[in-house]
Amino acid sequence: MNKVINDFSIIVGTKNGSGSSTANNTILRAIFKMGIPVSGKNLFPSNIQGLPTWYTIRASKDGYLGRRETNEIVIAINPDSFMRDLESVAPGGAFYYADNIKLPISRTDIAIYPMPIKELTKNDPNIPADYRDLVGNMVYVGVLAQMIGIDVEKIQAALDFHFKGKQKPIGMNMGAVHAGIEWAKANLEKKDPYYLEHMDKTEGMIMADGNTAAAIGSVFGGAQFVAWYPITPATSLAEAMNDYFPMLRKREDGKHTYAVVQAEDELAAIGMAVGAGWSGLRSMTSTSGPGLSLMTEFVGLAYYAEIPVVIWDIQRIGPSTGLPTRTSQADLSFVVGMGHGDSDSIVLMPGDMNECFEFGWRSFDIAERIQTPVIVLSDLDMGMNQWMSKPFEYPTAPMDRGKVLFEKDLEELKGNWGRYLDKDGDGIAYRTFPGNKHPMSSYFTRGTGHDEYAKYTEDGGMFHRNMMRLKKKFVTAKQYVPKPVTFLTPGAKIAILAYGSTESAIIEARDLLVSQHGIKADFMRVRAVPFTSEVDEFIRNYDQVFVVEMNRDGQLHQLISLAYPDQVSKLKSVAFGDGMPASAKWILEGILSQYTEPAKASPVKKVAVKKAVVKKAAAKKAAPKKKTPAKTAKTTKSGKKGAK
Amino acid sequence: MAGAPANLNLAGLSKNDYRGNPTTLCQGCGHNSIANQIVAAMYEMNVVPENVAKFSGIGCSSKSPTYFMSRSFGFNSLHGRMPSIATGALFGDHRLKGIGVSGDGDSASIGMGQFKHVMRRNLNMIYIIENNGVYGLTKGQFSATAERGLSLKKQGVNPYMPVDICMEALVSSATFIARSFAGNPKQVKELLKAAFAHRGIAVLDIISPCVTFNNQDNAYHSYAWGKDHEEPLHDITYIAPRSEIILEEEMKDGEVREVAMHDGSTIILKNLEQDYNPTDRFQALRVLEEAHQNNWLATGLIYVNPEKPALADTYNLVDTPLNRLTDVDLRPAPEMIEKINALMF
Repeated sequence: MNKVINDFSIIVGTKNGSGSSTANNTILRAIFKMGIPVSGKNLFPSNIQGLPTWYTIRASKDGYLGRRETNEIVIAINPDSFMRDLESVAPGGAFYYADNIKLPISRTDIAIYPMPIKELTKNDPNIPADYRDLVGNMVYVGVLAQMIGIDVEKIQAALDFHFKGKQKPIGMNMGAVHAGIEWAKANLEKKDPYYLEHMDKTEGMIMADGNTAAAIGSVFGGAQFVAWYPITPATSLAEAMNDYFPMLRKREDGKHTYAVVQAEDELAAIGMAVGAGWSGLRSMTSTSGPGLSLMTEFVGLAYYAEIPVVIWDIQRIGPSTGLPTRTSQADLSFVVGMGHGDSDSIVLMPGDMNECFEFGWRSFDIAERIQTPVIVLSDLDMGMNQWMSKPFEYPTAPMDRGKVLFEKDLEELKGNWGRYLDKDGDGIAYRTFPGNKHPMSSYFTRGTGHDEYAKYTEDGGMFHRNMMRLKKKFVTAKQYVPKPVTFLTPGAKIAILAYGSTESAIIEARDLLVSQHGIKADFMRVRAVPFTSEVDEFIRNYDQVFVVEMNRDGQLHQLISLAYPDQVSKLKSVAFGDGMPASAKWILEGILSQYTEPAKASPVKKVAVKKAVVKKAAAKKAAPKKKTPAKTAKTTKSGKKGAK
Repeated sequence: MAGAPANLNLAGLSKNDYRGNPTTLCQGCGHNSIANQIVAAMYEMNVVPENVAKFSGIGCSSKSPTYFMSRSFGFNSLHGRMPSIATGALFGDHRLKGIGVSGDGDSASIGMGQFKHVMRRNLNMIYIIENNGVYGLTKGQFSATAERGLSLKKQGVNPYMPVDICMEALVSSATFIARSFAGNPKQVKELLKAAFAHRGIAVLDIISPCVTFNNQDNAYHSYAWGKDHEEPLHDITYIAPRSEIILEEEMKDGEVREVAMHDGSTIILKNLEQDYNPTDRFQALRVLEEAHQNNWLATGLIYVNPEKPALADTYNLVDTPLNRLTDVDLRPAPEMIEKINALMF
């Protein structure tokens, strides 16, 4: 049997609320500390206690951190999902299970390892009875460590970190780990090929989740006001701000330079955030689909009254309540023109932990510079799961507060200013903050028609001029938003376009395209709307551009089609949404199913794909007729969903 | 603007400095009278307009903030959402006093949730509800404060029980609750002064008849009815803060009660009907319930609790207004990034 080293997935099937997350994080962290690239994804139910939950850990010597669709090692602790978990083991894989589950195991193509978890914890005098189930999870960590070669020292380090050096819980848990190790040593014979070995590929790296990264980045960005309402998967972002504000903004006088308010609902959360933004504070909220829908009216007000505010949308799959604990990229069409009437939003799309951190601070600079809402599109997979990352980097630019007039500025202007007067020709006017003591400082803000001096008017010409100025601001915004990231390879004739958390799966799919099919593809990850000129230039370079995203309708594909109508014929949509993080497999198959051999418009290249996947691909696609580009370059807002 | 009168107050301002744009509401609208009393009260209290921020939602009443104090910042926001805008905005500079103007539709219908939650939070703001029992701007529909059995053109007869704004405020832990009547400008003005002196949320439910859509003589929100059924709890005299310490007088039973306000000023209540103690929530509830049963309009200061901290005071904010802080205060030092990275695994 050939060993398979550092290249497999582990999935643990447990019950929600059974305290297995400590055990699973310990495995993840120990592998990371062994220098092996690793990612962990929690597939949890919308439930507090009792429903099945799975945690997947992928070790990848090549540094692929996206989801894989096969599980080489399965650990079954939950009787309710036992049969399903048994089914899910890849042929030749390993199945570990708690031996108190007495269910038939008929598979002969996998290695089977029972684990006497209950017995081992019962016999340990150091574990109080009510901790047995919790600590019992550590038994499987020990068994696994022994069988695949997790370094025990690194397990110890992981527990030290988790329990912040508190000896009692560390000792109790390490005891269970050792019990598992000793029992496996004495009783189990290795029958599968999967092993871990030390590498040096995580040197200097950190592990973080996107919501924590976003929160810390926001604090470094000078966040002052957070109003929020709990919603999965955005809750941990606001909670992390509560955690990090006191430490990062500590002052000698013990007073606060910030306020966090838990509002009564999302209407109030965004209302407060807009109020604070108007008042001159770096203000933000975090939410997800349903909450975002409630925020729509206020976003329209902030756009029209020109108020900076940052909204983090940690996307989960809709429509409606949808699957609250599953990921998605299906809010893009909704947010680009959020609100009724003509409107634009600046949308930032981070794709990794560093960008979650960076956009945490940069979003405030852009919101205050352009004086408009900035929506940051993260997602559940990025926000709540653990990702390897380069260390966070201190903000590379000083805070940009935009155009603000204080008392002395108004003195110089002799009070001669208009809140909505485009003095500089970039569409952006100057604003003042409440509390300004200059008698000419105040203005009256409203969501109704107004002139350059913020006076109420119903004059149609004035209304139109103001709307055109707002449009100009969004052209100005292009020089401030993050530029796309590109991955180039010499000789590529096709390209992939995407945004956000799909990067790792796409990089893996790209490698497979070359190694399995000899197709080279360049890759651009877009990081903001409005699109910058780089996007346009990139698309023009290729015969085929595959737009990859995690939703049903190919929303980014639609937006790009509207932005570059003369390029529509080369754009192909690879879109799929089932709530699971993107995998290299479906990206690869999605691309191949639409790939055309270059130089001749021949029929689609024959690719052997499993039947089920062909169906999947069919499900992804709208009727093929829809793909024929419209001859006219009409750019209507047909891309809008009826979600409002 | 008429010719400026020479009478300057202690802030060095004339009454004109407190005025706003000409009203665009109907002639005879109670709301205009309230706007005028705001101008008078602020002028008499020597308020610096730059220390006030005005807020409103949507509706006839919500247009009011443009009709007073042009020198103050103002924000006319969304229907029913004024409390949240004001909550966020007043964090910008904790020295600001908010004046919110809302209507019965804006606060008791669409905005009921935000109305009640801003009470809980004790935001430092006067919250005026210009209560006329109808939607004016959409031309005469029933609002949530319309009494049962009221009949309106096009709407028929109202089948639902009304919302009592003062009762709602009381059960939501508001710290200052008063009711008045737009046709009684003197009382409106004195209550406005007391409300301004109160640090925290001060709810003023002012019955403000709609001359156009709801002014039938037999309707609760009409001038004629209000004049006939007004039941003042007490006369109110507001006394501005004085530099010397006032000796607390012995309370003469049933005669006079002084209520010390947060800013050192005093409200003296002269009870007319009964020995009414506005610092007692039980009494306040009783008075509101009795008024219901007797079809009275109980006006005056219904409840006050000057002891509770206002919202911003509970946040331990720095002395400098938050919106004056700069990079130095807001961006952690470069060495903190090392610390943070060490905290990640």
